[in-house]
This record gives sequence, structure tokens and C-alpha cells, in this order.
Amino acid sequence: MLESKIPDGPLEDKWSNYKAHAKLVNPANRKKLEIIVVGTGLAGSSIAASLGEMGYKVKSFCFQDTPRRAHSVAAQGGVNACKNYKNDGDSVFRMFYDTIKGGDFRAREGNVYRLAECSTSLIDQAVAQGVPFGREYGGYLNNRSFGGVQVSRTFYARGQTGQQLLLGAYQALMRQVAAGTVQLFARHEMQDLVVIDGKAKGVIIRNMDTGAIERHAGHAVILATGGFGKIYFLSTLAMGCNGSAIWRAHKKGALIANPSWTQIHPTSLPQSGEYQSKLTLMSESLRNDGRIWVPKQKDDQRPPNQIPEEERDYYLERRYPAFGNLSPRDIASRAAKERIDAGYGIGPLKNAVYLDFSKAIREQGENAIRKKYGNLFRMYQKITNVNAYTEPMRISPAAHFSMGGLWVDYELMTTIPGLYALGEANFADHGANRLGANSLLQACVDGYFITPYTIANYLADEIRTPLADLNHPAFAEAEDNVKEQLRLLLAIQGKQPADFFHRALGKILYDKCGLSRSAAGLEEAITAIKDLRKDFYKDLYVPQGLGVNAELEKAGRVADYLELGELMCYDALTRNESCGAHFREEYQTPDGEALRVDKDFSFISAWEWQGADKPPLLHKEPLHFEFVTPTVRSYK
Amino acid sequence: MHIRLKVWRQETQDAAGKMESYELNNVSDDMSFLEMLDMLNEQLMKQGIRPVEFDHDCREGICGQCGIMINGRPHGPLKNTTTCQLHMRTFRDGDEIYVEPFRATAFPVKCDLKVDRSPFDRIIQSGGFISTNTGQAPEANTTRISSPLVESAFDAAACIGCGACVAVCKNSSAALFTSAKITHMALLPQGKEEAQARVLNMVKQMDEEGFGHCSNTEACEAECPQEISVLHIARMNWEFNKAHALKK
Ligand SMILES: Cc1cc2nc3c(=O)[nH]c(=O)nc-3n(C[C@H](O)[C@H](O)[C@H](O)COP(=O)(O)OP(=O)(O)OC[C@H]3O[C@@H](n4cnc5c(N)ncnc54)[C@H](O)[C@@H]3O)c2cc1C
Repeated sequence: MLESKIPDGPLEDKWSNYKAHAKLVNPANRKKLEIIVVGTGLAGSSIAASLGEMGYKVKSFCFQDTPRRAHSVAAQGGVNACKNYKNDGDSVFRMFYDTIKGGDFRAREGNVYRLAECSTSLIDQAVAQGVPFGREYGGYLNNRSFGGVQVSRTFYARGQTGQQLLLGAYQALMRQVAAGTVQLFARHEMQDLVVIDGKAKGVIIRNMDTGAIERHAGHAVILATGGFGKIYFLSTLAMGCNGSAIWRAHKKGALIANPSWTQIHPTSLPQSGEYQSKLTLMSESLRNDGRIWVPKQKDDQRPPNQIPEEERDYYLERRYPAFGNLSPRDIASRAAKERIDAGYGIGPLKNAVYLDFSKAIREQGENAIRKKYGNLFRMYQKITNVNAYTEPMRISPAAHFSMGGLWVDYELMTTIPGLYALGEANFADHGANRLGANSLLQACVDGYFITPYTIANYLADEIRTPLADLNHPAFAEAEDNVKEQLRLLLAIQGKQPADFFHRALGKILYDKCGLSRSAAGLEEAITAIKDLRKDFYKDLYVPQGLGVNAELEKAGRVADYLELGELMCYDALTRNESCGAHFREEYQTPDGEALRVDKDFSFISAWEWQGADKPPLLHKEPLHFEFVTPTVRSYK
Repeated sequence: MHIRLKVWRQETQDAAGKMESYELNNVSDDMSFLEMLDMLNEQLMKQGIRPVEFDHDCREGICGQCGIMINGRPHGPLKNTTTCQLHMRTFRDGDEIYVEPFRATAFPVKCDLKVDRSPFDRIIQSGGFISTNTGQAPEANTTRISSPLVESAFDAAACIGCGACVAVCKNSSAALFTSAKITHMALLPQGKEEAQARVLNMVKQMDEEGFGHCSNTEACEAECPQEISVLHIARMNWEFNKAHALKK
């Protein structure tokens, strides 16, 4: 059933062979084909703009008030590309290898190699669009290193790389809107997918200003709706991020892969109170110069600057001397949790560790540090009221990135023909852990360089298929379901707002399906989530009104999270090993490192929806390693 | 802290709006302004009152979606700060705070504190891009750009499109927003070819959207969360005049 469609042949030729043999759509026929793109982040904007340029008719949707606000805008640190500008030995193969290894050998070789291969073109594309990447004095592009790798392959635009890449893609999209190839629908939220004769043929959309429910047909549907890490409630994601589009597609038959692999980022600001709505990320690039430590003494009450050097435990440098403060995210996050749980956490809630710049400031001067990270230090001061030039930052792990998502094949097509998933909404490329700066890259190359070819391969056979009739019973049924669900949410009239249930779900997931998991804990979580879901449908309060109604939007998203959260627990429960972001307490080495079990778990888990209150069905896509040998991931 | 709020309530674009008074207890210093509004909404819902609609998303000061008038100033009393990065420690126990939507003819109110900022998208559509198609870009290092130049372009490119510049301007001018994009692209070699058409089209679109003229009061720069400089407006004027003079 799960046909990954990885082309045969040597690794380095797979993608060029694919492109050489993929079917094409002749330019005259492209304007007869309409494509729906949901999402305007890097993945959505780049594919919508690319398809528009090629002459297809595109409809682009997002829930924000303009495409430029998609969550990609918040990415700070940078984007990877193996340009080898530093002559430090970088190459496509090395980047491929770092990414496969960083993902704990749980991704497909063919996909990951393609990601590395396309990375160099992305920098060219972005520079051509006017993205102001950091430059050397002489005018050439500069780069730096990021967690988990030993070469400098990360390109950056100050601490606003995501913003600048997104503006590049957004501007390309706006150019197509002006050219008339793309029709833009901001403040429109996809509510359901329409499947006719087994193929994706359209979507049901809610206009968030008027509440109107609309039908839109397309020859293909692309979901580029981002990650669902906000399911933990407290996360580094934007408030609107959600899993609803992929979840509704899942209920229509698309499989979801590896949903339990959520990356917990090591350098977020700690939670400081009950009311908190999100956790702010401090860019990982800070780990290039900042040193992470906790006091050696438990419950040390002294301010950090009064704790002498020899009484500090630089635990990453101690445990992982080769990578130290630049250890990959899963390792750095878990090491922090280990120290916090052991009673060495700092700050009022004892939930944080220090990120200290004093050595870097001594060695390089405050100005050099200000130049590199000035805006981050300013942001830190705004939020915490602490000056990080004179006192170490307090950081803590937080939910950040979904490695899981809709299952897609090499063409980025889901198990529903004609339905594609791009960027963080799909599961591909990152395995069990995503290396820093690879996500912006993936979102961009999915949209600019991969899907334009693979979708043509599908559309070439659809040229004679007329656009689906909006009066087709499948549209009517999907629309009725959407209306019924909205009616249901409004009718409950209980006592608790959607956020109440979201917080409760987040806490269950963070405790039982977060940085570490156990079979017993996951079983408990599944029961607890089922109960919470029952309460939700009894006690939810949503203010009346079908027009602008942010609470109604939230309620719909939380309803989906309450189902997705359960699936995450099932997924974690079946994996009797520790790998990447998934750490099962039962499977660890004597010194507390993750114990991967390749012999039994070298596969991708792809889950099928079986109906409400039925356990989901697991399908396995075996992973084959032809070009690398999975090794123990040691950063010591 | 105890906080008294006066909030603009307006059900739809055509409905009449009015200020409503609300009180909140136990507001913490560490809360962001938006978290305080979350708290208000929870309280309102408990009383069966429709919660206050406001725009927000990233809550990290970068997406530009939040933005309201707080005591008559866009994004509130702090310099160079978005509403989501404004913390309640800026206020004092017992303070009365006025909360209203951004006001400009070109930004009609949708509901309560939400306004329509789509005119900004249309300004970008009129020329705020470099015409590159995907898949044809030259090797990036063949375009050399000195570090100071790219930093200047960046200073302009950093605009988050929140609309504070328009909201604070007595003429509701979009000159700062538009000029920031024009400068970003005019400075870079990639953007030079289209510079003339770009400035003419973008300025035209800005006027058609109903934004007012710039009369150099510089309030926009003072309120901009990204510290975008009014010198970009001077640059836009220069580019505009140059384009006019050179127009064939
Ligand atoms: C704080 C932070 C910092 C990061 N830093 C980095 C970094 O330095 N480097 C890196 O590589 N990665 C980074 N990441 C990760 C990276 O930003 C994201 O993985 C990536 O931007 C995802 O892009 P996307 O296009 O897939 O989705 P998004 O940018 O999230 O876009 C999703 C789009 O889908 C739309 N949408 C969603 N649901 C619906 C619906 N139902 N109907 C209509 N529209 C919908 C939204 O409106 C939005 O337009 C960071 C992430 C965070 C949270």
C-alpha cells in the first residue's frame, strides 16, 4: 500500500533521473488546470508563486490577514545550504549524511539526498529575489554553524532569516496575484477536503470575516499548512498554528506518519506563570557563543554571577565534548530536562538552565556579540527585563517542530491521489529529529524546486478532466459536515472556553508524550485524552455568532487536537525504542543515552483513521539504507 | 495589579461602535498586553459577554499581525515595540487604559480591534518585488554586495507591515511602509533594473488606496516597532523624482 516511489539508481542521480522522465504539462494546457494551495508560509507561498509563474491557475488560502504573516516569518537562525563557501569540506553528501544521522536514521535516503542537492539552488533563488543575507566585507555571502554539524553551512539574514525568506516568497506570490495567475484568499480557513472517486478535488473553506462556507474545486490540492506543535499549548509556535487541515485530510483517507516525533527545542524562554500563552524561542545560533550550565550545587540560591567557575556544571561540554554546546536539539533538550528533573534547575520555577555569554564577551568584546545577536538580546530584555550582556539568559526546552505529518511519497503526494503536503505539514526528510536550519530549507525546496515537477507528473493525466462540479454530492456532503460541526460547537454552551481544554491537553502531552515517554504513561495519557474529549463536548463554551468569532475558530482546532493527541500517544506507544525526539524511558543505555533498535524499528509509521473511538490502524513503510550504514549516534 | 480598561467594541464594519469599560484584577507584571486581553476575554465569556476580537499570531514581535491603539499610541507607550511584546510591568496598579483599533480610512474596522490591512498587500502587488522566476537564478556569489550595503537594505527590509506608521500619522500616510520596500530593492543590484517602474506604480497604488500624504512629522519612525527610518521616505521621493525625470 505504501509505495514510496523512490527512483532507482545511484543516490546522486535519483532526482535528475526523476526530472528527466517525469511527464510535463504543455504551457497551453496549464491555464486549464486549477490548483488549490492552502497555506502561505514558505512552502505555500513558494509553490503558489512557482505554479503561477508556470501558468497554472492557483487559489491561495491562509487564515492570517495577509500571507506575509505565516509562521515561517518567525524563524530566526538561518537556512542550510551546502555551498562549501568556507572550504571546510562541505558537500551534498556530507549534508545528506549529517541530516540522515541527525534524524537518527529514520528518514528516506532518497528524500534527504534531494534536500541537500536542492539546497544550493535555494540560496541562488533567494538572493535573486533580494533576500539580504549576511555578507562578508568583500561582498560574498557569509555563513555560520548550527547545532549538530561541524561545518558552516547556515546562511542567515541577521536573526530574521525566516522573515526575509518569507518576504521573498510573499513578494513572488504578490507578483503572481498582480499577474492574475494567483487568486488570494486571506482570512479564509480550510475546513475539509473534498474527495471524488478517490482523488482530491476541492476544499470547503470558511470565510473568517463573514462566516460564509465556500466550496472551491481544483485539479489538485496542496496542503502547506505548517506544523502542529502548538498542540502542547505552550510552544514556540504562533498562536494560530494548528493541525486541522492535515487532520481533516486524514479523516478523508490520508495517512499520517510519525505523529509522535515533536521536536522540543532547547533554547526557549522558560514559562514564568500560569497565564502564559506561548514560549518565545531564543535562536539556536546563540549556542555558537553561549555556554550552557547549571550550578553544581542543588537549589543554589545565589545569582548566577556570584557562582564561581568551578561551581558551575557545563553539562553539555562535560557529556558531549566533541559537540558541547552545539549538540543536536534532542540531545541538548533532554540533557537540560535531566538536570532540571534532578533538582538543578534555576529561576523562580526551577525550570530553566543558564545560557551564558560572559566568556564570549570577554574574548570577542561586547560589540562583536551585539553585532551578531543584538536583536535577540533586546527581545530577551523586553520579555524578561534582564540584560543578558551582564547576566546569563535563562532558557528551557519547549515544543517546537513536528517531524511527523501527512505521509507523502517521493513526489510529496499523500495517499490520496492529487493531494500533496509540503513543508512542515508533511513528515518527510527529517526523520526522528530535525537539524537546525533544515526546515526553512525543506519548506522552500518543496515549493520552489520539487513540487513544480512532481505535480506536473500527476496533472499531465488530468488535462482532459474538467474541474469538479461544485454541485457534486461530495461537495454537498463535506459542506454539510462542516456546518454540522460548527453548529455542534456552538450548541454545547458549557462553561469552559476552548483554551481551557487546550491547556489541559497540552499538559497531558507534555508530561506523558513529551521529552520522555513510558508505556504506562502513554496508556494513561490515552485514557486521559479520551476523558478530556468527552468533557470538551459537554462543557465547551463558544460565544454565539457565525461572523468574526475567534473562539469558534479555536474550538474547531482544539477539537482536532483532541483526536490528534491521542494518535500521537498510540504512535509513541508502538515504538519500543528511543530515537531522536522520541525517548522511551524503558529503552536507554546505562549512562542514560537513547537506545535505538534498528532491527525492529527501521520503518516509518503511517496511521490510518478508522473512525471515531476506534483505535487507528498502523501501516509500516520499511526504510532501506543502501548508501549509509546506520550507526549509533554519538556526540561524545 | 488592578487594571481598568476602556475598549472599543464594534460588531461589524457597518455597525456603530462604542467604548466599553471593564475591570481586571490580579494582572501580573510578567503578562504581555495580549495575555492581559486573553484574561479579559476569559472573564467576559464567564459573564456571557462576547469576547473582544483582536488580531495577533506569533506573539514574538515579528509577524506584524497584532496592533492596536493603547492610550492613543499604536502598540502602546514603549518605543519600537509591538503590542505582543508590551508587558504589563509597563503599567501601574490602578491604571486606566484606552484600547482602540488602528484608525485610517484605508484600514476599515472589521470587528472590535481588528482592521483590514489588505491595502498593504495591494501596494506590494503593484511592484514591491524583483521579477525573478523560480529555477533560473544565477549563482548567488556572482552578485556581490558589500556588507554595509546589504545592512542598509536590511534596515529597510525589516518592516513587518503592522500598520503602526499609518495609524499614528495624522494624514494616515503609508509613506514609511511603501518607502521601506522601495529602498530595500533600490539599494540592491538585483532590484535596480525595475526601480523606475516600481516607484511610480507603488506610489500610485498607495494614493489610490486612500492613504494620505506625508507631511514629514516623523511620528511614523517614532512609533515603528522595527525602527524603520524616515530617511527611506526621502529616498522614495528621490527615486520618484528621478523616475519622473527619466520617464520616456
Ligand atoms: C520560533 C521559531 C523559529 C524557527 N527557526 C528556524 C530556523 O532558524 N531555521 C529553520 O530552518 N527553521 C526554523 N523554524 C521552523 C520553521 O520556521 C518552520 O518549520 C517552517 O517555517 C514551516 O513552514 P511552512 O511553510 O511549512 O508552514 P508555516 O509557515 O507555518 O505556514 C502555514 C500556513 O498555513 C496556513 N494554514 C494553516 N492551516 C490552515 C487552514 N486550515 N486553512 C487555511 N490556511 C491554513 C497558515 O495561514 C500559514 O499561511 C522555526 C520555527 C519557530 C517556531
